[in-house]
Amino acid sequence: MGEPCDRCEELLQDFLDRTLSDAEWREAEEHLVGCDYCRRRYRFEESLRRYVRTSSLERMPPGLMDKLTELRGLDATA
Amino acid sequence: MSEPSPDTDARRIATEARDRARFEEEALALADQVYRVARRLVGSREEAEDLVQETYARAFRSWKSFTPGTNLRAWLLRILTNLNVDRGRKIQRSPQTQPLEETDYYLANKMASAAGEEALETDDVVERLSQDSIVNALSEIPPQFRDVVVLVDIGDFSYADAAQILDVPIGTVMSRLHRGRRALKQHLAEEALS
Repeated sequence: MGEPCDRCEELLQDFLDRTLSDAEWREAEEHLVGCDYCRRRYRFEESLRRYVRTSSLERMPPGLMDKLTELRGLDATA
Repeated sequence: MSEPSPDTDARRIATEARDRARFEEEALALADQVYRVARRLVGSREEAEDLVQETYARAFRSWKSFTPGTNLRAWLLRILTNLNVDRGRKIQRSPQTQPLEETDYYLANKMASAAGEEALETDDVVERLSQDSIVNALSEIPPQFRDVVVLVDIGDFSYADAAQILDVPIGTVMSRLHRGRRALKQHLAEEALS
């Protein structure tokens, strides 16, 4: 998979979080154009994050909404 | 000073009832999202259901302490994470404390070597992971890291919201997120290789 690139590893998480400054963003993008290793690293991290998010799109079990609705109007002292 | 007339009193009660109903409806509309976070914070579906019910019971009781116009989802999640911490103290789910010092690229390499060099070009590594993988991996992460990862990466909260929900500084959210993601990856790597 090639040698890791220190600067890219440093920028990677913030790049995916979109919290880099404009200058850092440009630096990362320019680097990505020329660095095969980093492109793969970024894509890998991105797909992992997508997995974490989409594997958790479970809806609540049927019946729970009814139970929650029954809780309406609970007294503050109850 | 005159006594409030029965008329004003009735109006006040009616207004309060309307505000309350609106609050409850807005809170219930968020139930799916609240459940999703709960489901990832605790081990089982049953526990998640209990936690969500406790959360709504507390929210409905203390609805007056919510400031209209502020972030209701964050407010609910703050109740939920506090309840979860209380539960954790009682149940003491002992998370395995493992060294979290492996680096990100080491983990990527490890997963790549298992799935083949080309896997990183595709979603092959990720395809080896199931719904259970994420549940198992999350349950292995120490709770203070897990909370942040679940809120930010699954619940889609900003760093600032997560900081508010967990009542910690933003810097703490960022460092816990960093370590939590790394720990999650480490466990996902193990899941993918198992």
